[in-house]
Amino acid sequence: MSNKVIHVLYNDDDILMDAVKKTRAAHHHIEEVYTPFPVHGLDKAMGLATTRIAICSFLYGLVGLSVATAMMNFIMIQDWPQDIGGKPSFSYIQNMPAFVPVMFEMTVFFAAHLMVITFYMRSKLWPFKSAENPDVRTTDDHFLMEVAVHGDENQLVSFFENTGAVEVKVIEKH
Amino acid sequence: MYTFSSRLKTIALVLMVLGILGIGYSFFTAPKTVEDVEKILAADSHHGGGHADAAHHEPAAHDAHAATTEETHAPAAEAAHDTAHAHAVAATETAHGEHDTVHTEAAVAAHDDHGTAEAAHADAHAAHGEEAHDAHAEHQHHLEHVLGQLQNKPWSAVYVAALFFMLISLGALAFYAIQNAAQAGWSPVLFRVMEGVSSYLIPGAIIVFLILVAGTMDLHKIFIWMDKDVVAEDHLIQAKSGYLNKVFFLIRAAIFMGGWILYRQYARKNSLAQDDATDNSFYKKNFKASAGFLVFFIVTESIMSWDWIMSVDPHWYSTLFGWYVFASFFVSGITVIAMITLYLKSLGHLEYVNTSHIHDLAKFMFGISVFWTYLWFSQFMLIWYADIPEEIVYFKMRIENYNLPFFGMVAMNFVFPVLILINTDFKRLSWIVVMAGIVILCGHYIDFFNMIMPATVGDQWFIGAGEIGAILFFLGLFIFVVFTALTKAPLLAKRNPLIEESKHFHY
Repeated sequence: MSNKVIHVLYNDDDILMDAVKKTRAAHHHIEEVYTPFPVHGLDKAMGLATTRIAICSFLYGLVGLSVATAMMNFIMIQDWPQDIGGKPSFSYIQNMPAFVPVMFEMTVFFAAHLMVITFYMRSKLWPFKSAENPDVRTTDDHFLMEVAVHGDENQLVSFFENTGAVEVKVIEKH
Repeated sequence: MYTFSSRLKTIALVLMVLGILGIGYSFFTAPKTVEDVEKILAADSHHGGGHADAAHHEPAAHDAHAATTEETHAPAAEAAHDTAHAHAVAATETAHGEHDTVHTEAAVAAHDDHGTAEAAHADAHAAHGEEAHDAHAEHQHHLEHVLGQLQNKPWSAVYVAALFFMLISLGALAFYAIQNAAQAGWSPVLFRVMEGVSSYLIPGAIIVFLILVAGTMDLHKIFIWMDKDVVAEDHLIQAKSGYLNKVFFLIRAAIFMGGWILYRQYARKNSLAQDDATDNSFYKKNFKASAGFLVFFIVTESIMSWDWIMSVDPHWYSTLFGWYVFASFFVSGITVIAMITLYLKSLGHLEYVNTSHIHDLAKFMFGISVFWTYLWFSQFMLIWYADIPEEIVYFKMRIENYNLPFFGMVAMNFVFPVLILINTDFKRLSWIVVMAGIVILCGHYIDFFNMIMPATVGDQWFIGAGEIGAILFFLGLFIFVVFTALTKAPLLAKRNPLIEESKHFHY
C-alpha cells in the first residue's frame, strides 16, 4: 500500500499556527511539524500531550539525594567513624550540616544529568544519528507541516494551498 | 473602586480589640518583683512539663548544691580533725620511751599537726559559709535575671509582631520598586495591591520607632546595650558604643524609616498622577525614584537588621545577617501580595489578574523561600562548622531552648513550600497558594521570634496571650490600614506604559 504524505511549507510562524488550527478543525491528522525555532503555543495548537520530563527530573533528584545520604552515612558514620577535627560522627543527623553541600550537589547532578539523558533517549538523539530532515530549508527560515494522505489527494492539496502555504508537495514515503 | 466591606472592617477591629486584651493581659501578669518570680518558678517546678523543667533547672541545681555542701562538710571536717588528733596522741605515746628531745619534738610536731587540722577546719568552715553565701547570691542573681526576662516578655512579643508586620510592608515596597525599576511587563496590574500593602509602612514604622524610643527611655530591656549598668561592666559593648549608642541609634532609625516612607509616598503620588497624565513623565520619575530607592534600601536594610535585630545580642555578629533578614521579610511581603490579590480577585475586583499572574507570584514565593533557606543554612553551617565559641553561643542557645521553633521554621519555610509549590499546576490553584502562604507567613513570624526572643526572654519563652495578642493586634491594624488604602484609588493603574502587556500577560 502506498504511503503518501503531503509536505506543506510556510514562511511565517503565525501563518503556520493558523494552518495548524485549520487542519485540526478539518480533522486531518498532522504527522509532524518541522520548524527552525520553537514556536510558542505550537504544541497546544497541535494538541500534543504535555511533557512529563519535570516529573522524571524530580524523581531523579530524589535518587541523587538518597545516593548521597546512603553513601556518606556508610562512609562517615558506619564504616569508619573517625574523629576528624572534632566533628560528631556518632549519627548521621549530628554531622548533617557538613553533608548538606554534597547532598545538594548530588541531587542537582542526578536530576540534571539523568533528565538530559532521558530527553536524548526519548527524542532519539545521539551522535552519528542520521538527520531526519525532510527539507533543508526548515532549519533556516521555513516551516513544514507533514500530513498523511487519506481520501482525495487533490482536494487535500487545494485545502492546504488555501492555508497560506508557499509550497505543497505530495511525497511517497518509504 | 474597591469598597472596604463592613464585614472585613469588623473582623479587623475585633482582631485589634482581642490583640489589645492579650497584650494588656501579658503586661498585667508580668511579675513585678523577685518574690513573684520565685513563686512562678516554684509553681513551674510543681507542674513539671518540658519547658518548666528547663526553666527551673538552674535554681534547683543551686539549691541542691547548697544543701549537699552543708551536709557533707561537717563530717568531713570532723573526720580530718579526729585523724590529726589521734596521730598526735599516738606520736606522743611512742616517743615517750625515747629521748626527751625526741619527745618534745614529736609533741611539738603533733601539736603542729593538730593546729593545722584546726586551721583546716576553720578554713573549711569559712569556705562553707562563703559558698552558701555565694549560692544564695547566685540564686538571687538568677531570680533577678529571670525577672528581667519575664518583664521583657510582653515587650518583646509586641516588638516582634510590630517589626514583622512593618517589614512585610517594607518587603512589598521593595518588590514594588524592583518591578518598577526592572520594567516588568507582568506586574503592573498588581501595582495598586502592592501600594496598598506598602501603605502600612507609615503606621507600622511609627509604632516600631516608638518601641525603639521606649527602649532608649529604659522602659524595656530588649536592647541590653542601652543599660548603663551592663555597659559599665562589659568591655565588648563599651568597644561598640561608638556605634551602639542611643542617640545615633534613633537618628539612624529616623533616617531609614523616613527614607522608606518618602519613597513610598512619592511613588504612590506619581503612580496616581500617571493615571490622568497625558505623557509618561510620572512613570519615568517613578522609574528613577525606584532605582534610587533600591540602592538606599539595600544599604539601610542591612544596617537596620544590625540595629533592630542583631543588636539584641550585642556580643554576637554575623556578616550575612542583613541578607538573611531581607530574604525573610521579602518572601513574606510577596506572600501577602499574593494573598491579598487572591482575596480581591475572589471578590471580582481584579478583572485582568489571571492565573498566570498568580503563578508568577507563587514562583517568587517558592524561589525566595529557597533563597531564605540558603542564607539560613549558610549562616548556620558556617558557624556550626568552625564552632568558634563566641559565635556558636547564638545557635547553642537556640537549639537547646528553642529547638522546635528553630527547626520547625525550616520545615515551614523550606520543606513545605518546596514540596507544594514545585508543581506548576499547584501554583495556579488559589487554595494551594493561600495555604502555602499561611504556612510561610507563620514560619517567618517564628523566624523573627527566633531572632529576638532568645536574647530578650531566654528560656522563659512561650507563645501565649502576649505573643498571640500582639500578632492579632498588628494583623487587625494591618488589614485595616491596607484595605483602607485600597479603597482610595482604582485597583487598575490606567496609563502605565506596561499595563496593556500586563493585562494580557500569559505564561
